[in-house]
Amino acid sequence: MNATTLKILLRKEVSLMRRNPIIPRLIIAMPVLVMLVIPLVATLDVKDVNVAVVDNDRTELSRRIIADMDASEYLSVTGCHFSYEEALRQIENGEADAIVTVPKDCLKKLANGEKPGLDLKANGVNATKGTLGARYAALSMAGTLSRWQAEQGISPALPGPDTLNLYNPTLNFRNYMIPALMVVLLIIICGFLPTLNLVSEKETGTIEAMNVTPVGRFEFVLSKLIPYWAAGILVVTVGMLIGWAVYGLAPEGNVANIYIATVLFSLVMSGLGVFIANRSATLLQSIFMTFAFIVIFQLMGGLFTPIASMPRWAQCITYAIPPRYFIEIMRSVYLKGAGIGDLWTQYAALSGFAALLCAVAAATYRKRA
Amino acid sequence: MDKEIAISVKELTKKFGDFTAVDRINLQVKKGEIFGFLGANGAGKTTAMRMLCGLSYPTSGSGTVAGYDIFRQAEEIKRHIGYMSQKFSLYEQLTVWENLNLFATIYGMPAKKIKEKAGEAFRTLGMEDMRNVLVREIPLGWKQKLAFTAATLHSPDIVFLDEPTGGVDPATRRRFWEMIYRASSEGMTVFVTTHYLDEAEYCSRVSIMADGRIKALDSPAALKRLYRAATMDEVFRTVAKGATRE
Repeated sequence: MNATTLKILLRKEVSLMRRNPIIPRLIIAMPVLVMLVIPLVATLDVKDVNVAVVDNDRTELSRRIIADMDASEYLSVTGCHFSYEEALRQIENGEADAIVTVPKDCLKKLANGEKPGLDLKANGVNATKGTLGARYAALSMAGTLSRWQAEQGISPALPGPDTLNLYNPTLNFRNYMIPALMVVLLIIICGFLPTLNLVSEKETGTIEAMNVTPVGRFEFVLSKLIPYWAAGILVVTVGMLIGWAVYGLAPEGNVANIYIATVLFSLVMSGLGVFIANRSATLLQSIFMTFAFIVIFQLMGGLFTPIASMPRWAQCITYAIPPRYFIEIMRSVYLKGAGIGDLWTQYAALSGFAALLCAVAAATYRKRA
Repeated sequence: MDKEIAISVKELTKKFGDFTAVDRINLQVKKGEIFGFLGANGAGKTTAMRMLCGLSYPTSGSGTVAGYDIFRQAEEIKRHIGYMSQKFSLYEQLTVWENLNLFATIYGMPAKKIKEKAGEAFRTLGMEDMRNVLVREIPLGWKQKLAFTAATLHSPDIVFLDEPTGGVDPATRRRFWEMIYRASSEGMTVFVTTHYLDEAEYCSRVSIMADGRIKALDSPAALKRLYRAATMDEVFRTVAKGATRE
């Protein structure tokens, strides 16, 4: 390792980056925009589920069920119908997400201590909204019924289990997304930029001017990696500051743990980037190859879809996907306040990937064809 | 190995699949010579030169450059040569000085010496006021002189020039050749490819390649006598006439 060579190469990279009209701005602007906009947009919280009610009972109780539902924060009753067909038409028109049918003799049955047999149908086209909406409606109805029974002094129905959401008490989807968004940013910035940098040196021919000098392979590859570790740290810092200032979400755990994981993950991504660049002759090839990795990383890393709900074979594949570990670390440190002790397998896996990919990056960089 | 030999290759061959780009060439370049490596487009000049510079693995054959084996000691060779590619390849977004400093530092020159030598070069070339100008902003002729300076600032034993004067006017070409002569007079061996046959006249010896093979090799005067030609241009036409690759 020649320190003088590495120093002059790094100075070259910094000068080139500074004079680049787009890249330095992108490194700041992208995290800012993503952190400001995406948490507001990419929400899976379901609000305003529209319910169409078919009231076959037409009693004080059925009116109360409807009123309670309409009063709920998450539900709004869009129509009261006398036939199921009318209600279904509202679903077909897209005005309602679920149909609640209050059967005839509901009040009578309930007074006798029988099951009233309320019926609920949800529109499954938007699966999330349908299932969650149906759950909200069912909860609302169960609440109304048990309150009514208590008031009437009828054997109070068994209270259902209460759910308390640990670590994310309000089940705020943003809290789940914000740590993961920083992972997305690192995947893109640390994965794409070193690749583009290296391949454009190939295209302009400057890499040949380098290869014909006695420059060491390791020094050269390191000079391509180090600037993007710095960029990674910068991106995560900007992300954390926005998360705290705009959304009031600060890491529960130690910030140092986040930075350690960030450096490891930047190594993984930039190592992969350099490897791809070594294998590509043109920018186009490298961009397509990088895209393939980025899509798989984002869709299978547990970013949007929880890994636990993937099929078993897919879960096995995710062990080979480095962002999986970084996402787990980010969410655990951010929301649960976990430390390296709790997450040592994830840190170990990331370190392993980092070592492997950097070795591959250096090994596949050839000064001679 | 002969102390007076800078480059020596025997039966040097490069194949890309079924295509033989360089076909069993033999040549020796003496120290301090200006060796002109001529040939039509696609004759295999650049491929051969890339093998000599350690940028490309030979398929077979043997050879030494600056006393080092071209198969096993490519990195050693790189310490003792300079290379200027036909694809002009300095960093366009770095200044004149930053480019020179970068390459000289990689060749292991101490900072003080780089300043001294670069200052000298700037004065000789009349480029003092261009020191801090980005390379992309200077004209092609200046870029070529700068690329030559970057390839020779560390005083290599041999400098390889791949079509160094492509695309510039005769006056600029002439000034470029003055630089080559200056380097040669300081003891540097110059290995140069060119398409301009008037430039071949400036060389100590030339070789002419066609279809991957060296068809003729001697001093310009001897070649003209041999082919009963008045100019190198005529020699070239005669030698390259049978070539199938263009």
